[in-house]
Amino acid sequence: MKVNKRGIVAAGVIAIVSTLSLAGCSTATNGDDSSGAESGGTLTVWVDAERVDALQGAADSYEEKTGVKVELVGKSVDDMKDDFIQQVPTGKGPDVVMGAHDWLGELSTNGVVAPLELGDSSADYLPVALQAATYDGTVYMLPYAVENIAVLRNADMVPEAPTSFDDMVSKGTFVVEQGAEGNPYHLYPFQTAFGAPVFGTDDSGSYDSTDLQLGSDGGFAFADWLAAQGAAGTLNTDIDGEIAKQQFLDGTAAFWLTGPWNVGAATDAGINVAIDPVPSPTGETASPFAGVKGFFVSSESKNKVAANDFLVNYIGTEEVQLELFKAGNVLPALTAAADTAASDPIIAGFQAVGADAVPMPAIPAMGSVWEFWGVAEAAIINGSDPKTTWQKLVDDVTAAIK
Amino acid sequence: MTELAEPTAPLNKRQRQAAKIADAASGPIGWMLLKILLLAVVDAIALYAAFVLFGQQEWLVLGLVVAVTVLVNYIYFSRKRVPAKYLTPGIIFLIIFQVFTLLYTGYIGFTNYGTGHNGTKDQAISSLLASSQERVEDSATYPVTVVEQFGTYGLLVTDPESGDALLGTAEQPLAEVDADFEGGQAVAVDGWNTLPLAKVFTLSAELEKLSVPFSDDPNDGSLRAPDGQKGYLYVSSLEYDADADTITDTTTGAVYADTGEGAFTAEDGAELLPGWQTTVGFDNFVRAVTDESIRGPLISVTIWTFVFALLSVATTFFLGLLLALVFNNTRMRFRNGYRIILILPYAFPAFLSALVWAGMMNESFGFINQVIFGGADIPWLSDPNLAKVSVLLVNLWLGFPYMFLVCMGALQGIPEDVNEAAVMDGANPWQVFRRIKLPLLLVTVAPLLISSFAFNFNNFNLIYMLTKGGPRFDDVSIPVGHTDILISMVYKVAFTGQSRDYGLASAFTILIFIVVATISIISFRKTKALEELN
Repeated sequence: MKVNKRGIVAAGVIAIVSTLSLAGCSTATNGDDSSGAESGGTLTVWVDAERVDALQGAADSYEEKTGVKVELVGKSVDDMKDDFIQQVPTGKGPDVVMGAHDWLGELSTNGVVAPLELGDSSADYLPVALQAATYDGTVYMLPYAVENIAVLRNADMVPEAPTSFDDMVSKGTFVVEQGAEGNPYHLYPFQTAFGAPVFGTDDSGSYDSTDLQLGSDGGFAFADWLAAQGAAGTLNTDIDGEIAKQQFLDGTAAFWLTGPWNVGAATDAGINVAIDPVPSPTGETASPFAGVKGFFVSSESKNKVAANDFLVNYIGTEEVQLELFKAGNVLPALTAAADTAASDPIIAGFQAVGADAVPMPAIPAMGSVWEFWGVAEAAIINGSDPKTTWQKLVDDVTAAIK
Repeated sequence: MTELAEPTAPLNKRQRQAAKIADAASGPIGWMLLKILLLAVVDAIALYAAFVLFGQQEWLVLGLVVAVTVLVNYIYFSRKRVPAKYLTPGIIFLIIFQVFTLLYTGYIGFTNYGTGHNGTKDQAISSLLASSQERVEDSATYPVTVVEQFGTYGLLVTDPESGDALLGTAEQPLAEVDADFEGGQAVAVDGWNTLPLAKVFTLSAELEKLSVPFSDDPNDGSLRAPDGQKGYLYVSSLEYDADADTITDTTTGAVYADTGEGAFTAEDGAELLPGWQTTVGFDNFVRAVTDESIRGPLISVTIWTFVFALLSVATTFFLGLLLALVFNNTRMRFRNGYRIILILPYAFPAFLSALVWAGMMNESFGFINQVIFGGADIPWLSDPNLAKVSVLLVNLWLGFPYMFLVCMGALQGIPEDVNEAAVMDGANPWQVFRRIKLPLLLVTVAPLLISSFAFNFNNFNLIYMLTKGGPRFDDVSIPVGHTDILISMVYKVAFTGQSRDYGLASAFTILIFIVVATISIISFRKTKALEELN
């Protein structure tokens, strides 16, 4: 009797049957209310893995106060959104997910997020944060951080802040992340200085996808400017994020247009960093995009009441916002917390620049813009005719949106 | 039942049972116990899964789990030495990881699954209704206590201006009541149970339905308490009519009906999103080949995909073969050292290598232009033709060690006496290689070349990490470029931007599968001709 292979065989069977059973039981772990009336249930929160620790304290004290257990699940930012969109309709997703406001169009179109009522506390947030949290007139996100780019200046090389773009270029080398496909996010402040936002806004302040401003006169003026900068070598599509960083850290470049996420690397390298607003090429304000981070409630959550309470009345407090600020060093979205955090001159610098920032459009139409935008800009920087290239960009985007 | 037992005197029932036990016990007892233990674990997990699935009412999966468990138990407890004992695990894995995936991809290809069509119709309706709630402008915040009476939930509201207590339910508009106050907020009322907050937190489903009309006039809106503590006045802009299965926009009067396309659609074609998943027949396949924006680049991308896959296989194979021939020569010293160096590219993760190469090929800062070509501006990745060459070069660098290993093994498998016989007959080395070694080698290697073709046909990693498909075509309106192969084009069409189109991507995947499968089948047939050489 040959029994010796059966161990392996049976192990295989276990694997299969357990796979099948996992498919069943994973549904049961979230959102059931079998945990009894006394405990108040469990809130599952998907958090960007780096911020689990920052939230742990808040989660524990929330449980102590209300009896609702907050289970923090650290996830990679890269697949959080897609996993969320796919899992919510099956009932398996979390109750709350941490994310960025520009996910909103996609989340809302897929019907996976529930509206969130900030109530009177909405006035306590930075206007740009509140505007970003609102989609189509409804608030869906509890904001906790506002991120925007600014110019990092090597204060040892250039002690005075430049007054305009030309002034900056004359004072020292300026680098900005581009890459073969361009980088419209980093060029956007210059574009707005020419009076050409991507979309116009409607009465409620939401972006209007039918009002494409990219093709305005300002857009073409910006294209001409891009061509001139490309020819002069101020903008170079060979410079990607890593190269730009290296040049600034080496002291080759005196100005670096980037976000708060790179400040740590610069200060660690011993550079005396000062934060300046983006110098305008035209004299008009150069408004960068603001990216707002926050928390969304799943539309299929069985614990919406607790989720609302946890977000609005707990994450929305100065204490927790400052806790999250310490973990990420990004300006808090709550005004009171932001003012406290701004005692750090770097944060204060970003806050000042952020006052001019506009929320990145979250409407799904924006996806169609990104696809063509950077490539067109890169082509212009590399010598394509600005008029025809920009016109093609406008045509492509118009065709893709309709 | 052993065959030896049969021809002798027929055994009675007890004897047969005894024989069975003896037979079963004849194997090592340890294995026997392990088998029973493992099967017990499997059954325990299956039983647990069955209960869970029963609770979730997943009848199909439940049926499958039960059937598979019964079958597995039957197979391994059976006395017969059935081949199924060896085949079962493999077949189950095959079904789960291959057949199921293929069928599921096929199924998705016939649906509209993607952004905006993500869940079920019920979810779409509730999501639409939830997001259509708009807070009445300048309305106050009402402190709220959730109360319950005989299973009916109500909101005990304190009017922030007058300080009066109001009570209402989903059916009953708010009306003034006498209540007990605590810190200016009404907290209890006679005849109703005040629910503690912890209890309220578990009543999400009930509270969501609890929309208390502010007055008899629906235009005044209704009061909801999203967090169970504070109430706000809302008016809804959408209404669902379950009988007619339509959604009406109360502000514009537009009626949206289910037209079978997976979303509520108005007469003028305007859709309310989110919609829901539904089968759309061959729509995705039709779109994959006829959509104007896709059709344009599809031809050039398809041609490049074939060129890329064929050239990748050819170049890597011949370089690998050449090196294998060289290093197979016993007169060469330090052969093992060289071999290890040659295999290094293979030991690196391919996507990482591709990224590194992308950096080295940077036009103004890359190592190749800066150091090797002394600061030349060679547009390795930004010129359409040079980018294609670069892709092939990098793939050659990545792929030749594999071919080298394969050829090395195959060459060593060719008996030396064949070689000697040929030399005795007066063949020169080229003739020996061309007429003897290569045909013999191809018998072994041909199937690997075919699978290598199939691999490169879908070599998404390399393209995406090295060029992202760029430089872009400048005359088309989708973000597809000169070095895009079919699979990366599918990725871009279906997944770039903020919209995902799983249905279209699946349809494409199936089409690509058919192409690769056809080529493979034909090639495998052809290779049979090679085997006849032996």
